[in-house]
Amino acid sequence: MTVDAPVAPGAAPKRRARSVTSLTRSSALGLGIALSWFSLLVLIPLALIVIQSVDGGWATFRDTLTNPQTASALRLTVTQALIVTLINVVMGTLIAWVLVRDSFWGKRLLEVVIDIPFALPTIVAGLVLLSLYGPDSPLGVNVANTERSVFLALLFVTLPFVVRTVQPVLMELDRDVEEAAASLGASRFTTLRRIILPSLAPAITAGAALSFARGISEYGSLVLLSGNLPGKTEVASVRILTYIENGNEAAAASVAVILLVVALAAIVLLQVLSAVVARRG
Amino acid sequence: MGIEIRGVNKNFGDFVALQDIDLSIPSGQLTALLGPSGGGKSTLLRIIAGLESSDSGTIEIEGVDATGVPAQKRNVGFVFQHYAAFKHMTVAKNVAFGLEIRKKPKDEVKRRVDELLKLVHLEQFSHRLPAQLSGGQRQRMALARALAIEPSVLLLDEPFGALDAKVRKELRDWLRRLHDEVHVTTVFVTHDQEEALEVSDSLVVINEGRIEQIGTPDDLYDRPASDFVLSFLGPVTTLGDRLIRPHDIDITRYEHAATASGRITRWTRVGFEIRLEVTPDDALRPDPVQVVVTKAEATALQLHEGDLVWLRPRVGADAVSR
Repeated sequence: MTVDAPVAPGAAPKRRARSVTSLTRSSALGLGIALSWFSLLVLIPLALIVIQSVDGGWATFRDTLTNPQTASALRLTVTQALIVTLINVVMGTLIAWVLVRDSFWGKRLLEVVIDIPFALPTIVAGLVLLSLYGPDSPLGVNVANTERSVFLALLFVTLPFVVRTVQPVLMELDRDVEEAAASLGASRFTTLRRIILPSLAPAITAGAALSFARGISEYGSLVLLSGNLPGKTEVASVRILTYIENGNEAAAASVAVILLVVALAAIVLLQVLSAVVARRG
Repeated sequence: MGIEIRGVNKNFGDFVALQDIDLSIPSGQLTALLGPSGGGKSTLLRIIAGLESSDSGTIEIEGVDATGVPAQKRNVGFVFQHYAAFKHMTVAKNVAFGLEIRKKPKDEVKRRVDELLKLVHLEQFSHRLPAQLSGGQRQRMALARALAIEPSVLLLDEPFGALDAKVRKELRDWLRRLHDEVHVTTVFVTHDQEEALEVSDSLVVINEGRIEQIGTPDDLYDRPASDFVLSFLGPVTTLGDRLIRPHDIDITRYEHAATASGRITRWTRVGFEIRLEVTPDDALRPDPVQVVVTKAEATALQLHEGDLVWLRPRVGADAVSR
């Protein structure tokens, strides 16, 4: 060995440390483009909404939220979206399971049909729902102008989210792992609870977040069937539109900000929940 | 005692995976199921574990009929080729899983997990996740997890198949030593004859759903029951009308009563070995004969590529007559 041998190991980590903290030219460019794009499309519009909502002073913000009609619309929207999301978590996981684990006649067809609520223009979905569950229902089920119409419409459009997020994860799941659990004495239920669900938790929460976000923002599919009765079946997005039509943009922005906060809170909550379930195992 | 398998058949659709398997695996030994891929050895192992059910026949584990018993109740330790680690649990949690299922008291679980992690040399990794371990470490964790439930038999399905050559060698030496310590009846599946010969007390060669031969490594290597066993347990070549191992051929440059003669047409040096191909002059048997000699032998015999040589089986060579 030569004398300068000890220098090399000392120099190597220094170089390494620098490359972690500073960016190369190409990755700096990439990050720059990504951030500008994100800012233009998301951050700036969102900031504008927030600014607009307090434009008329905090009084407008408070007045809007304490307005019984708006409060009722927000309450209805959030409750229905929550219920629908809960149902989706159970049913979506179940459907994904059936699609991945079982083979049956018509499976390919079902695969395609699942995406229809997602692919359909929402107003078309609204029309479908209206003709199926409206006053002229061929099934004799008339839920028009009731809370249930909101529930049904949300259920319809959010169906694919959990299915489509859980399905690929379930497909990747190693069957060996379940067999290992079985050979160690775990019942089917224990394996499901301690091995399968923790692995699916991130996917289920991602699907739930998408489903909830879609639920609180839905407009097209429920607007026809619900009748938009103030204080009864009017949802937040309809409320925003009404405010804008009446030229009260600050109030519209206030409702929008509330929806934004609710959505963010839901996403954070779901992330925490997912981490807890995944760790519990 | 040990594992008694009687009249086991298994078909997958038209494919016959196992046909009339009768096998006694003795208690406390390390038995290898050896054979080519798709030969049925993994299926047999999975049937013993209860992960697969046989179409007919019975399985008895340590004197207890296990034929209709589900995998959960067989008390069998199973180790998979691709580790089957519980990815969201730490190493310690993985090992503790079977004990927690059995509702053992917390302090007992902890004591046992510490013990097992020490046994597999993973004590300093107990809080890591499986993803933070190397392949060899993951497989040792899987082994500790399987041993935690004090299984009546330990089954390993190509346990070292996913590891690179060096780690594989280390792990099989280690498995042999571990078995000498733990003494649990162990069955492992492999398609690697060297692994099987090196590690096991007894060998079961399985091919096309049938047992070809059962015996100790020496039995099988020295007295193969069929061409298949001979050729599966190591390289073979045809000299005259018999199959023979390339290192069991006597080669000289001087004419004598030989089975075949011809020129050395190929010369490959691999480490201490020299692999030769001799093309016989015999028009009826023109296929080249493989011969293996050491470097020292080749020097002593003054062999060179292109030389005319005479070949005959060594005295005491094991071979199967055709």
